[in-house]
Amino acid sequence: MLSFVIYKLILVIVVFSVSLVVAMYSTYAERKVAAFLQDRLGPNRAGPYGLLQPVADGLKMFMKEEIIPDVSNKWLFILGPCIAMLTALMTGVVIPWGGVLSIKGHSFPMQITDINIGILYLLGVVSMGVYGIMIGGWASNNKYALLGAIRASSQMISYELAMGFAIIALVMHTGTLSVREISEMQTGWHWNIIYQPLGFLIFIICAFAETNRAPFDLPECESELVGGYHTEYSSMKLGFYLFAEYINMFISSAVISTLYFGGYHIPFGAHFIHNANVLAILGSVFLFAKIFFFIFVFMWVRWTLPRFRYDQLMNLGWKILIPLSLINIAITGTIMYLTGRIH
Amino acid sequence: MLTNRSQTVAKKEMTLVERLYLPAILHGMKITVSHFFKKKVTINYPEERREFAKVYRGQHVLKRDDKGAERCTACGLCAVACPAEAITMVASERKKGEENLYREEKYASVYEINMLRCIFCGLCEDACPKEAIFLTDRIVPSTFDRGSNIYGKDILVETMEKRIDISPRQTKEVLDFKTHKEYAHNKL
Amino acid sequence: MTHYWFYLLSFIAIISAFMVVVSKNPVNSVLFLILTFFAIAGHYVLLNAQFLAAVHIIVYAGAIMVLFLYVIMMMNFKKESEPSKTTLSQFIATIAGGILLVTLTGALRFYDMPAMAGHADPGAGLVGTLGKVLFNKFLLPFEISSLLFLAAMTGVVLLGKRNSNTN
Repeated sequence: MLSFVIYKLILVIVVFSVSLVVAMYSTYAERKVAAFLQDRLGPNRAGPYGLLQPVADGLKMFMKEEIIPDVSNKWLFILGPCIAMLTALMTGVVIPWGGVLSIKGHSFPMQITDINIGILYLLGVVSMGVYGIMIGGWASNNKYALLGAIRASSQMISYELAMGFAIIALVMHTGTLSVREISEMQTGWHWNIIYQPLGFLIFIICAFAETNRAPFDLPECESELVGGYHTEYSSMKLGFYLFAEYINMFISSAVISTLYFGGYHIPFGAHFIHNANVLAILGSVFLFAKIFFFIFVFMWVRWTLPRFRYDQLMNLGWKILIPLSLINIAITGTIMYLTGRIH
Repeated sequence: MLTNRSQTVAKKEMTLVERLYLPAILHGMKITVSHFFKKKVTINYPEERREFAKVYRGQHVLKRDDKGAERCTACGLCAVACPAEAITMVASERKKGEENLYREEKYASVYEINMLRCIFCGLCEDACPKEAIFLTDRIVPSTFDRGSNIYGKDILVETMEKRIDISPRQTKEVLDFKTHKEYAHNKL
Repeated sequence: MTHYWFYLLSFIAIISAFMVVVSKNPVNSVLFLILTFFAIAGHYVLLNAQFLAAVHIIVYAGAIMVLFLYVIMMMNFKKESEPSKTTLSQFIATIAGGILLVTLTGALRFYDMPAMAGHADPGAGLVGTLGKVLFNKFLLPFEISSLLFLAAMTGVVLLGKRNSNTN
């Protein structure tokens, strides 16, 4: 019992710190990718190749003056970034970060917990994420922050629907709600994207919208709303909001890799390796390679596409993605019926 | 129609492929990722320096002649020519025993250029009849206060140990320009 | 172990439900209501009904309460715009609340709780079991309720359309 608790504790700490470090270096990667896509060099002064830049940024955030507006609702003002950070970190719990390590006859799966409704847990936590933004935006008592918060909430509710429908089609295909089982199914090249291309497209578009990333970054649209929901924030509370966005990006990439791109399975050459532990660790390396690729895609899209207008955003969500995802469910059902998997 | 590049814009109905937007998005992403591997245009300033034009106009220098005497005679033509009114000077008479310090009998005891006002047009250089003031390829460093941007003789006058070479500036075109009649005084 | 969780969650649920009614600021009320929902979802998990817990969070805390919060944020609640509380309205409210309390106590007085006996099927709340029950035993009510939702949705769309025309 005690060893189980210690093992889980270590796993939780590792997953949290990995999320934080990846998010930290995502800020660096974002600036580097942006610079490279624009023929520039990006940060290269702090440390070799600018690798200490996130540390310098973090230090700056901590050192900045903490400002709480006099007219704000103080408790909620502090609660906002806390919730944003909490929900961002909570998602990593159900994602299988790798196979099963076996040390001295004990098996240690590299997943904090495998609940049988893992996907619903993901959706539930994602739907909680909107509160961080809404509460922070409202408590600031600033019209730009409020507008940003309202945009964020309506955008996230709208795209959660299409995201849920895309996942329903995936669940119909896999027949389980457990994230580990879904990723176990995709051995070799049997990736779910091959069976659910439309669902993947809808899911990734919704993931962009849910993480408030460009081209759907209307909640913090600086050309209209100053800073959006975090206009009034400063110091590390602002840092939490920005950080939560990068953690969300990391987790979204992890979810996309796990649900649609084979998770921790090695697509080729797995039968050459006989040591199960080496295979498990190599699987994690592959999973992280996929995750980093999708983080790059997030940044690549951000520095390519211009921002949507608000009515275009809503039209895309309600008039295109939701009908499309319903059609996807119907197609999935029909194919499953025709191939005799349901009767 | 100045450039022949103008296009007529028509709002025509989009085809189905165009309305999908995805091909256009992928095309845009292809363009951006191609820039990812292109040569970067950034120049890492203190380590690398951009190559300047020969006639680049940077921080001024007040030249000495070959014997080490200041060429400036405080005639004030540079101050008159200056469109930004950045130059001020106080003229003094050379005393006995200062012949090796100042070339002419009159010299500038105070010569100040306000670098915040200066627009680096080079008119002072053109106006100078004594070949005393030149603009060089040195960049005026930025400062934290306004006062230190007023450069006096201590900064402007070159030292004999570290003479500022202005010969690259004297291109053929510049020399030709200086042979014009209105600049006849300005021959080397 | 489970007992302690039960008491903790019940405590949170009751306290935050009380705070929903008591708190002056409507936004605080909504936030306490969300906390109540979380405590109730915790109860579902204790009863091994994870699916119900997750759906409860997604639907109630994640969607409906966001809309509540949305509406409250859009409206500007100020001290001046509060409805007046006359002695008459307070009197009526007390009587109405009292009647509700009496009815509830009367109804629950002789009712024993079979759920507390703890002989329920431990797998009853899991997705598979729930799905089988919904699509076999309760197929007709399930489909009828979906029709109901469709009707409600159409109604809302119609109402929205009419408003945009008159404007």
